[in-house]
Amino acid sequence: MRVSDQIAFLAPRRSVLDRREAIIADLADLLPPGCLVSDIRGLVPFETDAFIAYRQLPLAVTLPETTAQVAAVLKYCGRYGIPVVPRGAGTSLCGGAIPQEDAVVIGLSKMTRILDIDLANRTATVEAGVTNINISEAVMPEGFFYAPDPSSQLACTIGGNIGMNSGGAHCLKYGVTTNNLLGVKMVLFDGTIIELGGKALDAAGYDLLGLICGSEGQLGIVTEATVRLLARPEGARPVLFGFSSSEEAGACVAEVIGAGIIPVAIEFMDKPAISICEAFAKAGYPMDVEALLIVEVEGSEAEMEATLTSIIEIARRHGVTTIRESQSATEAALIWKGRKSAFGATGRIADYICMDGTVPLSQLSHVLRKTGEIVARYGLRVANVFHAGDGNMHPLILYNINDPEDAARAEQAGNDILRLCVDAGGCLTGEHGVGIEKRDLMLHQFSQADLDQQMAARAAFDPQWIMNPSKVFPLEGRPAA
Amino acid sequence: MQTSFTPAQLADPHIATSEQILRKCVHCGFCTATCPTYVTLGNELDSPRGRIYLIKDMLENDRPADEEVVTHIDRCLSCLSCMTTCPSGVNYMHLVDHARVHIEKTYKRPLGDRLVRAVLAAVLPYPGRFRLALKAAALGRPFASLLKRIPPLKPFGTMLDLAPSKIALASAADTPGTHRIDGVKRGRVAILSGCAQPVLRPEINEATLRLLARLGIEVVVPEGAGCCGALVHHMGREEQALDAARRMVDAWLKVKEEGGLDAVIITASGCGTTIKDYGHMLRLDPAYAEKAAQVSALAKDITEYLASLDLPALERKTLTVAYHSACSMQHGQKITTAPKLLLRNAGFTVRDPGEGHLCCGSAGTYNILQPEISEKLKARKVRNIEATKADIIATGNIGCITQIATGTVIPILHTVELLDWAYGGPKPAMLEKVR
Ligand SMILES: Cc1cc2nc3c(=O)[nH]c(=O)nc-3n(C[C@H](O)[C@H](O)[C@H](O)COP(=O)(O)OP(=O)(O)OC[C@H]3O[C@@H](n4cnc5c(N)ncnc54)[C@H](O)[C@@H]3O)c2cc1C
Ligand code: SF4
Ligand code: SF4
Repeated sequence: MRVSDQIAFLAPRRSVLDRREAIIADLADLLPPGCLVSDIRGLVPFETDAFIAYRQLPLAVTLPETTAQVAAVLKYCGRYGIPVVPRGAGTSLCGGAIPQEDAVVIGLSKMTRILDIDLANRTATVEAGVTNINISEAVMPEGFFYAPDPSSQLACTIGGNIGMNSGGAHCLKYGVTTNNLLGVKMVLFDGTIIELGGKALDAAGYDLLGLICGSEGQLGIVTEATVRLLARPEGARPVLFGFSSSEEAGACVAEVIGAGIIPVAIEFMDKPAISICEAFAKAGYPMDVEALLIVEVEGSEAEMEATLTSIIEIARRHGVTTIRESQSATEAALIWKGRKSAFGATGRIADYICMDGTVPLSQLSHVLRKTGEIVARYGLRVANVFHAGDGNMHPLILYNINDPEDAARAEQAGNDILRLCVDAGGCLTGEHGVGIEKRDLMLHQFSQADLDQQMAARAAFDPQWIMNPSKVFPLEGRPAA
Repeated sequence: MQTSFTPAQLADPHIATSEQILRKCVHCGFCTATCPTYVTLGNELDSPRGRIYLIKDMLENDRPADEEVVTHIDRCLSCLSCMTTCPSGVNYMHLVDHARVHIEKTYKRPLGDRLVRAVLAAVLPYPGRFRLALKAAALGRPFASLLKRIPPLKPFGTMLDLAPSKIALASAADTPGTHRIDGVKRGRVAILSGCAQPVLRPEINEATLRLLARLGIEVVVPEGAGCCGALVHHMGREEQALDAARRMVDAWLKVKEEGGLDAVIITASGCGTTIKDYGHMLRLDPAYAEKAAQVSALAKDITEYLASLDLPALERKTLTVAYHSACSMQHGQKITTAPKLLLRNAGFTVRDPGEGHLCCGSAGTYNILQPEISEKLKARKVRNIEATKADIIATGNIGCITQIATGTVIPILHTVELLDWAYGGPKPAMLEKVR
């Protein structure tokens, strides 16, 4: 069995490994045919997610079709202390869905029904395995959409979005998952099914939904979610702003937001990112600029004009060299397709790890410059493409994963960049989550006392620490089991 | 993605190609969302990313194929929707082709499966045998439900279901020779007669010949042609596929020598995808590599070719057409707008069914070998098509025509049949009952 030599997982529980055959036989009894993967060959493709730097085979993979089946599997695992790793579409960029040797993966990919669309109340209730984009597509004919739009929205599931409290380009105006989630049905470690929130905008009692959002599969498994739907704006238009340096583009973003102008999206791409995206999407991005901002405005023609005029004025002060408005819906779609494919398209030229640090906007230019220096010091290349409006940076460190030294350098460069973000007053993760990737950096952000409180909250939901236990909290300093 | 092949393994050019493909995959998972089998079954092992990983593991460890791998690769439709979606440009087609050959070489299938595959490979590519088999099927139809109750014989039952009740006679359109034109000659092309299509729907090539003749294009049906090899290629029968490819390359290049050649016209997009890949398939054969690349460059789907001929715009008709884009058309050959523009230009109102990227479940011999998944995809496709409330369905691939026809009463035709009619040809018999 392959074990990553770069990061420690929790030591597997012998009591679980020794009972592998029996556990698999029991799981088979709990599930319909076709819902259990236990063949060693079949387990291999589940050994990682979109964070391919680390891998670990699970004990088994279950693919339940109903909440009752999820509950049955969890009840069983809870009773025998078997670790569980929830998995949506496996697009996590921090290894959130990477299994561990003694874990049963619970994949939600068969739970893809849209249960209820309530346009009067502007809500949709869906099973956890429904993809983010499917929610918007289901209500598009009626003129509605689900706002948070991770670039991976084509594939990622609402369950995974809740797990990571995911964001996206348009979250600048509409907020991230937690601002758009109204209720969940969730199964706890012992098989108990609970419901939190509902169709109303605010629920009574503690804001437990807020706690669930971003809990990375450690508090329970979400099987259904009720989300808020929004009416489509009258019009929307992305505009491209080209600059002759990343610093100028960064300063422009800071001034736009500082002036109190909130467009729907402000996305940043530097030169390497522009050429990567253009190669895939042929969106007509300007190739002669050092940095590009995609600014989307929306509303009535007059509103869009007004917002644009003030943004253009600011951009001029920062030496904008190109301004190009998209002329058609097709062109607008291509501009977004290019942006949303940026990470995947990077695979055309190199392997990458994607950072997710967030910084105050006033620090954007400084952090961009420092990032370039750090990566150069390790002899690597970087492409920057990110949600600039909320200061959520995504440096893509380009490297060769087949070269162990290169891989180690990339990992170190990544750690340096994240420390830089924290030291600049930001944080480790804007939207991708901590997972296993940033676990050991948590102490750079939080004191042990902070972490102890977080772990106490976690333990209230999962006293045995069986839910996705190798993630988020550094392995040292955990409460004794 | 990380790969671990030894230098010795990489000395094998097939492995070297696959390694390059695997290196490009960043495991982002986008492709899972548009894969018909993942959408239907919800298991990552039945998704492109899962299959890529299964193949990687098998090839890296230089292992014979096993049941788990074969199960999930067999379920792949080769629809190539994943390639349209992949931002990283991963060539899944060449990877899965390699895996299929590896399976064929290293895995012993259960007897029933072997039998079915042998029959398909021995019958389908040969029009004469196929016609005979269909006649026999007409007699055997009463036994279909019986066969389907015996698991290993189930595919034979499915075959009987799919076989048409009327079998056309051999068409003049398939007789080798040059189809002359009356007016001014504007071009000269060769056509692929094909194997199953002329038996199931001879009307398609007949319409093509008529339309091209009226447009001043001389069409040659080459001597010594036959099946393009796509059917056996998808079954991993490499030698049989490469032999077919060489035979076709020879036949078409002979036509070129005799009088020039502007294009090789293909009226079944499934074949088109394979013929456009001859250059790759024969790249390691020094005697054929260059010639095959020439043929691939000449290969044009009929709609692709017609789009270059500037057909006049015709008056609006009352008929509404749902255009079903075959996977081999939209994903395999990336032809997406030409057929619809041609139909609109000819006066039809064209509608796009929802979920157009999802396969109808035909996929060559897939509907025979994987009937359960195929049925589900067919039902989904028909639902989406019928929701358009169109009068007619148009598509560019015989496999889709046969498949969808068994699920709906809306008449389904090849795009070129509608175009031939619109530009002065006879009204297709299928449409007698339509306004
Ligand atoms: C190319 C690319 C672009 C991306 N762009 C963005 C972006 O713009 N914004 C952004 O925020 N993220 C982005 N991501 C990261 C990723 O897509 C998100 O984190 C996404 O929400 C993960 O969803 P998933 O269904 O793939 O979940 P997974 O990766 O399978 O799981 C994510 C986490 O949630 C947990 N989990 C999954 N399902 C459940 C459930 N039902 N109940 C409880 N816990 C669960 C898992 O255990 C894991 O910890 C991107 C990823 C890629 C590959
Ligand atoms: S979309 Fe492409 S890069 Fe992403 S997982 Fe699929 S094949 Fe790999
Ligand atoms: S070819 Fe089609 S069925 Fe096969 S993996 Fe790709 S999308 Fe799925």
